[in-house]
Amino acid sequence: MAKTNIVARTGNEAMAEAMRQINPDVVAAYPITPATEIVQIFAGYVADGLVDTEFVPVESEHSAMSACIGASAAGGRIMTGTSSQGLALMAEMLYIASGLRLPIVMADVNRALSSPINIHCDHSDTMMVKDAGWIQIFSENAQEAYDNMIQAVRIAEEALLPVIVTTDGFIISHCMERIEIIDDKDVKNFVGEKKLGNYLLNVDKPITIGAMDLPDYYFEHKRQHIEAMIESKDIILSVAKEFSGLFGRSYGLFEVYRLEDADCAIVLMGSTVGTAKAVADNLREKGIKAGVLGLRVFRPFPKEEIAQALKNIKAIAVMDRSDSMNAQEGPVCLEVKASLFDDSASPNNVLNYIYGLGGREVRIEDIESVYKGLGEVIKGKSKNKITYLGVRE
Amino acid sequence: MKDLIEIRWHGRGGQGAKTAALLFGDAALASGKFIQAFPEYGPERMGAPVASFNRLSSKPILIHSGVTNPDVVIVLDPTLMESVDVTEGMPEDGVLIINTNKTPEETKKELGVKGRIKVFTVDASTISKETIGRPMPNTPMLGALIRATGILDFKEMIEETKVKLEKKFKSKLEVVEGNLKAIERAYNEVKS
Repeated sequence: MAKTNIVARTGNEAMAEAMRQINPDVVAAYPITPATEIVQIFAGYVADGLVDTEFVPVESEHSAMSACIGASAAGGRIMTGTSSQGLALMAEMLYIASGLRLPIVMADVNRALSSPINIHCDHSDTMMVKDAGWIQIFSENAQEAYDNMIQAVRIAEEALLPVIVTTDGFIISHCMERIEIIDDKDVKNFVGEKKLGNYLLNVDKPITIGAMDLPDYYFEHKRQHIEAMIESKDIILSVAKEFSGLFGRSYGLFEVYRLEDADCAIVLMGSTVGTAKAVADNLREKGIKAGVLGLRVFRPFPKEEIAQALKNIKAIAVMDRSDSMNAQEGPVCLEVKASLFDDSASPNNVLNYIYGLGGREVRIEDIESVYKGLGEVIKGKSKNKITYLGVRE
Repeated sequence: MKDLIEIRWHGRGGQGAKTAALLFGDAALASGKFIQAFPEYGPERMGAPVASFNRLSSKPILIHSGVTNPDVVIVLDPTLMESVDVTEGMPEDGVLIINTNKTPEETKKELGVKGRIKVFTVDASTISKETIGRPMPNTPMLGALIRATGILDFKEMIEETKVKLEKKFKSKLEVVEGNLKAIERAYNEVKS
């Protein structure tokens, strides 16, 4: 087992540390709360000569992603970081990055979207770009944020897809926790040198990137993009397996926690996965068979795997930290329900809880009330299909 | 002592409530504990009431919600108690440590502290003025916290804090010395 160092780091510090160890060729970024520290700390590493990175301070997030796209097309290993409105401003360029199959890695600190203006955590920003063709990996805590950043480099470059690694704004980004940091040389070996395919700076093989693609070929290129997303599941799992073998921490498409014999389960992602696990532990002591499915990879969505993991659960609550404003369930719930739909034997007791918008606190009692609701469903009581948890109305 | 200890720091923006939580978290980590240290999330304004938090455990900490029932509460500025209920959510056997020149009995009476909450007082403002040269009550309160609760070993905490402060004040080592002296004095002078 590789040597690790135990340190206290906030989520932002952990992500910046991973970026230092990865030592990307170019970082282009624009500051935004609560992600500012990631690139601020990294800019310090650049100024102190601790990394070889060319840091491009730009005037907006649209430009940040544009610079990342140019540098990635040129052949470099590229990273950036943002949040909320910054991600929104990048949206146009996100599709260009993924369509060009550029393996950029981005740290995204989940924050609510305006308006009303709010700097606190929810998943609206990341969910807004869920269809942008990027792999999306969620982190429960600072340790996972650090580990996910390191794995994301390998995943992106093997899948030829850009990757967003998220943490929850303030809850993780600004919370100092005990984490294990891998030795610099081991991270360097794990991420390795970027393998170059076709790239703009290869003067021996000049190519065009981003050319017009009309009805005769656009669909084929999109089909390849879709296929890359489907195939990236195996890449994510193989990278996780190698990571686990070297550094001891296991990752999958999602984490199952006390789910094997559970009657009721909560499906969710981000920092509240931890709180749900703590509540499940307490309920288990009282004889209630509670479990948690903590989603790590939202894109690609692990459809078959989730259906398999939930097949014996009597009542399921999917917790969404955003709403699609679609007059029905939130985005995670819809995907979970769709996953269960194809198998008629799958459980169909699925409740949706919209929670934590704009940083609304999610207390232990809130999670307990979700499990309580599931208990009532199991007893045959009817419940609202959608509950807005902890809102005054 | 229960396995998960939750601490809430009350202060005003600029008094170092966040720094104190981070320093304490770091020191607890060095003694082998799992820790969390986080500020109350919001816009920071000089002088406005702020809070920060710690969780300590011998096991990995899964909870990521705010601290609502702190076992220990530390008040960096006694004038806060006019507008903030610093005992909110505390259990009956909680520990309340206040930076004031008054005695625990006087403070308990003024606050109307109910139940068996143990009140400790220490004049951290005066201590910091005499040792650091300005009223920075956050570091001395670390000493008072350890004396009042016994959560960490005092020597270990001092050594770890020294390392952290030396990193932070590379060019002003006299600040480090003043802070360490302040912690030690508060450790010795806290009253119960």
